[in-house]
Amino acid sequence: MKIAVCVSHVPDTATKIKIGQDEKSIDPNGVTFIINPYDEYAVEEALKTKEKLGGDTEVIAISVGNDNSKESIRKALAMGVDKGVLLKDEKSRDSFAVAKALSEEIKSLGCELVFLGKQSVDYDNSIIGQLTAALLGYSCVSVVVGLNIEGNKITAEREIEGGKEVVEANLPAVITAQKGLNEPRYASLKGIMAAKKKTIEEKPAAASENFTEVLKLKLPEPKKPGRILGTDASAVPELVKLLRDEAKVI
Amino acid sequence: MAKTILAVLEQRENKLKKSAFEVVTTVSGLAKDLGLQTKAIVVGNDVDNLNEIAKYGVGDVTLFKNADLTNYSSSAYTDIVVNFAKEIEAEYIIFSDSSLGKDLAPRVAVKLNAGCLIDCVNLGASDGSVIATRPIYAGKALMDVKVTSPIKVITIRPNVFKALPVDGVNLNQTTKDVTSPDLSTKVVEFKKSEGKMDVAEADIIVSGGRGLKAPENFKLVEELADALGAAVGASRAAVDAGWRPHREQVGQTGKTVSPSLYVACGISGAIQHLAGMSSSKYIVAINKDKEAPIFGVADYGIAGDVFEILPELTKEIKKIKG
Repeated sequence: MKIAVCVSHVPDTATKIKIGQDEKSIDPNGVTFIINPYDEYAVEEALKTKEKLGGDTEVIAISVGNDNSKESIRKALAMGVDKGVLLKDEKSRDSFAVAKALSEEIKSLGCELVFLGKQSVDYDNSIIGQLTAALLGYSCVSVVVGLNIEGNKITAEREIEGGKEVVEANLPAVITAQKGLNEPRYASLKGIMAAKKKTIEEKPAAASENFTEVLKLKLPEPKKPGRILGTDASAVPELVKLLRDEAKVI
Repeated sequence: MAKTILAVLEQRENKLKKSAFEVVTTVSGLAKDLGLQTKAIVVGNDVDNLNEIAKYGVGDVTLFKNADLTNYSSSAYTDIVVNFAKEIEAEYIIFSDSSLGKDLAPRVAVKLNAGCLIDCVNLGASDGSVIATRPIYAGKALMDVKVTSPIKVITIRPNVFKALPVDGVNLNQTTKDVTSPDLSTKVVEFKKSEGKMDVAEADIIVSGGRGLKAPENFKLVEELADALGAAVGASRAAVDAGWRPHREQVGQTGKTVSPSLYVACGISGAIQHLAGMSSSKYIVAINKDKEAPIFGVADYGIAGDVFEILPELTKEIKKIKG
């Protein structure tokens, strides 16, 4: 079986965001980019699934983006993914257009199982997996924290408000990974060395129009400085009074 | 005939969720601004409080009914919503950005060849189209964006849009029995978590961080949360240390929340945490380091020892709550 794992190259979560001059994207100067944290859970689950299935199972990392995205593909290769595909596009794509590129590649590779992070931490679009699944006609379980695959049948635990849903579905399928699904392995030195020899195939991303248009990015209104009421428990009565009479939240 | 805006309303255990009424009010407001007619759809079985939909401004509701549809099935729900949207020629389809909405909306969008915007915190009508505002980078920035395809699918963040009762709308309910739904992907069981309330849905959150020093000290956070009727949250440091489950994590790799009141206890305020909670209406910070970044976003702060302040605060809250 072929397994695809889709990875995205995003600003580190410690990044302070500045708006770029076009006011439609962020200023990338001084920003450290990393593999999307949720995608690491996706990579780990793909590798665990390969280890379980054995045989000629192959895991392929796919990313849509420019040359910089190769860094995140390389990270997946160092963790143990077999090969990478970079679907190149210099222009910015909305989630639909990204899903379109991914689904075309997944179709041509013939992957029956697809893993993604449950969302990317840049545009917080937690829909690429669902869009990709719908474009492919695959079943889909999103925000997965537990997964078991037996033959053609998938049983997944999906995190929702107040608990977990146990979902049954069939292959082919798209799974989006939530923190808690597994503990991603560290890339070993051997893995990092081996990754350098693995191939990253580069090709243009399948053409697709965007269905959304970004008008403007802005920073949230800064919060007004608050008040420090004291340094010990003697400030508690005043705090309670403010919460009740001024904020009216209790 | 005016075009239609469709509200997709979520039921759980046969009851419409609070967020469903937020969708109803939002749809009713957009319909007025854009000159659209409104309809609502519910997929489920016997839904107890359907009549409440009219109270929030949408009268025309269709219930798609089958005993197997009480629980979510992405395959069946997608088919039903897509077919109904086609039948009524919906131009806008609005969901709550709940776990269900986030899962279902993009699937519906693909089948209708529609653009999809999720987790919107503001929707405004301008020149006959909807301009949406979405937080990105977990709220470190905001994006104004619009859908350019003929059909538009949008989800709205729970707890941000208000559900407002209105007078004079009568309920016109249609029930359609669904025969042999596609249950190829289906929820077979719900495992309720131990916590009383989910941070994503709570109106008040009490969160703890590394300043609590050990997992057992979260008892202080839990007691305050109990007194306030609040959900318990946690910082990434507390979750990564294994003190608290990930579902409680607030911040960029956890949940982004906007409650009325957020109480941060022993949390210094790393940038990825601030991103996830800064849009709370009121923020209280309790931390012994008065230079901690959390005080930069807090409305009220006590720069002192959480172990001394939390029990006192719990006691005072209990007093006024009687």
